[in-house]
Amino acid sequence: MSAKLSVEWVNPFIGATEEILSTVAMIEPKRGKLMLKRDNTVEYDVSGIIGITGEAVGSIALSFPKKTAIDVVSNFTGEEVLGIDADTADAIGELTNMIAGRAKKLFSEKGIKLKISVPNVVIGKNHTISSPKGTPTIVIPFESQNGNFAIQVSLVPNKSED
Amino acid sequence: MRIITVDDSSTMRRIIKNTLKRIGYGDEILEAENGKEALDVLSNNEVDLIITDWNMPVMDGLTFVKKVRSDSKFDDVPIIMVTTEAAKEDIITALKAGVNNYVVKPFTPQVLKEKIEAVMGLKD
Ligand SMILES: [Mg+2]
Repeated sequence: MSAKLSVEWVNPFIGATEEILSTVAMIEPKRGKLMLKRDNTVEYDVSGIIGITGEAVGSIALSFPKKTAIDVVSNFTGEEVLGIDADTADAIGELTNMIAGRAKKLFSEKGIKLKISVPNVVIGKNHTISSPKGTPTIVIPFESQNGNFAIQVSLVPNKSED
Repeated sequence: MRIITVDDSSTMRRIIKNTLKRIGYGDEILEAENGKEALDVLSNNEVDLIITDWNMPVMDGLTFVKKVRSDSKFDDVPIIMVTTEAAKEDIITALKAGVNNYVVKPFTPQVLKEKIEAVMGLKD
């Protein structure tokens, strides 16, 4: 997958992230510079991860530091959140689901059919998100009034579905 | 009116429950985490409306809807699907499976209210 193609595959996820987080969590994320990632570690505290299959295969992850996760989930649920517990993790999973679903729709409008899995949530400082060997991972950092966060898109076009 | 809300996310079930209360449909709300659990609940409880997610582990919403629609006991219960699946072909798939109305997450209370009124025949 060429770098140029990668950006095309990444843009719907960026748009979906901005749209969903501003709608449900009232935060206005500002996108930073895309980076190609070499390893699987994440310097954040909690990640929601969704597997993708269909005409491309891989995953999308939405990662937050603790404070940002707490702010985002408080705004999303309208409830006071004190830490990263099972409820917070569930909410992060559902936000990731909304972003993946929105991106799926944007891909579908371009004629690309994807399927998304149910979310998994990983909690812990410097946790890892594994992606298959040979699948490039693009990190898109975001800044917001509630702190920095990132999405990671790991995707390769799936020739067998063409 | 008794409503069952089916969603694997506890956050979403809470948001839907709170929304239903706010829009005046909060009298009696049953919950299930997936289609299989929902079928169990339905075997012991009559409901007036089913609100279900699509992407769920164990039994997804589409399979659940097909099972509900193939059972004469509750094949006429209105079903609203509330899901992140917003692609046109997905909406068509869900409607073909027997869903009466469709709400894309995230949704506003007003949208849910309108869809409920539409499927319950409270508004033409
Ligand atoms: Mg779900």
